[in-house]
Amino acid sequence: MRYDWDFGAVLAQAPLLLDGLIGTLRIAAAAIGLGVALGLVLALMRLSPRWLLRWPAAAFVEFYRNTPAIVHFFWFYFAMPVVLDVSLDAFLAATLALATQSAAFYAEVFRGGIRSLGPGQWEAGRALGMTDGQAMRRIILPQAMTRMVAPFLERSFELLKTTSLASTLAYGELLFRATQVNSATFRPLETYTVLAGMYVLLLFLFSSAAGFAERRMTAFR
Amino acid sequence: MAYEWDFAIVLENLPVLLRGLGVMLQLWLSALAFGLAAGFVIALGRMAAAAPLRLLARCYVELFRNTPALIQLIWFYYAFPIVIGVQLTPFAAAVIGLSLNTSAYAAEIFRGGMQAVPRGQWEGASALGMTHAAVLRRVVLPQVLRLMLPAFTNRAIELAKTTSLASVLAVQELMYQGRLLSATYYRPMEILTTVALIYFMVIWPGSLLSAWLERRLARHG
Amino acid sequence: MADIVLETRGLCKRFGPIEVLRGIDLQVRAGERIAIIGGSGSGKSTLLRCLNFMETPSEGEVLLDGVPIGAPRRHRDGRVTTAYSPAALCRVRQRVGMVFQQFNLFPHMTVIENVMEGLRTVKRLPRAEARGKALAQLHRVGLAEKLDAYPARLSGGQQQRVAIARALAMEPEVMLFDEPTSSLDPELVGEVLRSIRTLAEDGTTMLLVTHELGFAFHVATRVIFLADGVFHETGTPDAVLRHPQRERTRAFLASHAEFTF
Repeated sequence: MRYDWDFGAVLAQAPLLLDGLIGTLRIAAAAIGLGVALGLVLALMRLSPRWLLRWPAAAFVEFYRNTPAIVHFFWFYFAMPVVLDVSLDAFLAATLALATQSAAFYAEVFRGGIRSLGPGQWEAGRALGMTDGQAMRRIILPQAMTRMVAPFLERSFELLKTTSLASTLAYGELLFRATQVNSATFRPLETYTVLAGMYVLLLFLFSSAAGFAERRMTAFR
Repeated sequence: MAYEWDFAIVLENLPVLLRGLGVMLQLWLSALAFGLAAGFVIALGRMAAAAPLRLLARCYVELFRNTPALIQLIWFYYAFPIVIGVQLTPFAAAVIGLSLNTSAYAAEIFRGGMQAVPRGQWEGASALGMTHAAVLRRVVLPQVLRLMLPAFTNRAIELAKTTSLASVLAVQELMYQGRLLSATYYRPMEILTTVALIYFMVIWPGSLLSAWLERRLARHG
Repeated sequence: MADIVLETRGLCKRFGPIEVLRGIDLQVRAGERIAIIGGSGSGKSTLLRCLNFMETPSEGEVLLDGVPIGAPRRHRDGRVTTAYSPAALCRVRQRVGMVFQQFNLFPHMTVIENVMEGLRTVKRLPRAEARGKALAQLHRVGLAEKLDAYPARLSGGQQQRVAIARALAMEPEVMLFDEPTSSLDPELVGEVLRSIRTLAEDGTTMLLVTHELGFAFHVATRVIFLADGVFHETGTPDAVLRHPQRERTRAFLASHAEFTF
């Protein structure tokens, strides 16, 4: 089969694709920020001695870990607004979906990191007269953090890929902009190949930066 | 504000959702079978003696792990037919995309497992006059399959969730039916929540199995 | 008596069905150095850990300077137990220092930061003042030259001496040592015991759970032999270690025959 490749038409739409790239980064940053905060709360709830806190957090985490992300996107965009009688724009719905879903995974990252420390560190903190909150903040979390770096980065990497689902809500991230480029150029092969290339580059840069950060943060050992 | 719930719609359309579940299971099982088989071949490529073969296999794995699954599906549906000159059905494109995506991850699991077998065992078996293939089949694989089981279970769970992306290609699986029904009846809350619960009921047992396998492995080594 | 610093009355501790401590009455006077000895499972570590509430006593009272810790709580069936508020326990632990078998230094902090941590976070001292106090304690255990090292770079003996300095920096009224040399290589035991001995000579009130009977003999003012969760024999080091009155004590000492005075 002979096919005349023509990347020119697609590359002429570069501004649209760059706009999509910014959209992707925006949604990823918002979702990571919100997801980490919510994930920390969930992790602390799951570590609590009170079952009234532990149980709902466990249910939340299990539910999100065992259902597809796209269902959450549609649920936040179409279902929740009907019930609450509010309207969410695509950015907000997608961010909420991504953040809650990632929070379930971040919670497990936090919990795993905190539980990886034996009782000795808690006891040493308490023996100095620290409250549990002080021991958590000063002793446990700083150490758990360094153990969390690798799984945290892995989750954020997955999150970055999952942002592409926001295109199903017509939010202007990379994939959505690419479909627009495709309908303008009728060049799906070139368009989607360029798109894949952009993702490879983006994620490569992310992993390189992540690897660098990981080495820096675990240097003291 | 009082939202009036209407689960009768869900009950009426349960057969449609279950039909979607049937398609989802077909997607899942076929992509899992193809993905594992292809992954094994790629793992052999990753460990091949010939450097170009190793590089090729490595690029394949990196490419599929560094792009979103949704974009892979879209590429195989819209772009790939142009390369091969044959239009694919949405189902075929979805199976190809999901299989190849899974194969990249499976390859790394196979590779990790096989490299966990001490060199001495390869050498010991070779000294008995066994061929490379025979060593692999009779000595290495039986040992490592058990070690790799939890990782493969996790991969199967990820794949089960990823099948929902086929709805974007209009494959009539569970998520697609859910989207269609919620648009038709304008009951997104009831229908999408039901869809999420169906996914949960299918996938959760897998998670429990995986957790059990990991605990067992941690105990017995 | 006014000079009793720490006291227990009828202290019991159960783990499920197992009774580890069965009614301990202990009075610790200021300046006393009490060595608690006994076989494994005798409850000696549990007793120590009940004194700063690393374990919550099942029954009985702990008094600090004559004041009972916790508040009595009357149950519907008429039983009375003691309830301990987190804040009260934090206050107790500032006054009762503890050194662990496993050191439990904070690995993400340097030596000086480890010793300053309680002063800064719990006592809220200004940085300069905390540093001054921390330095003084590190001098005392002979580690003033290792200030900026991380614990991972130190030997076990050095780590344990930092742990001692960390507890001392809080200026506790009583120090608890929970088998401080049990996880050390034999050649490192001496330096830790020397540090503890220095404190003893300075008049620090201390309770010491140990297998180092020779050290107990020379440093302790009183020795308690614990068996089956009760005080089996107590007295001066000479009385308990050299002239034990009871068969069980003799058997225990015989099984530790390697010690020399």
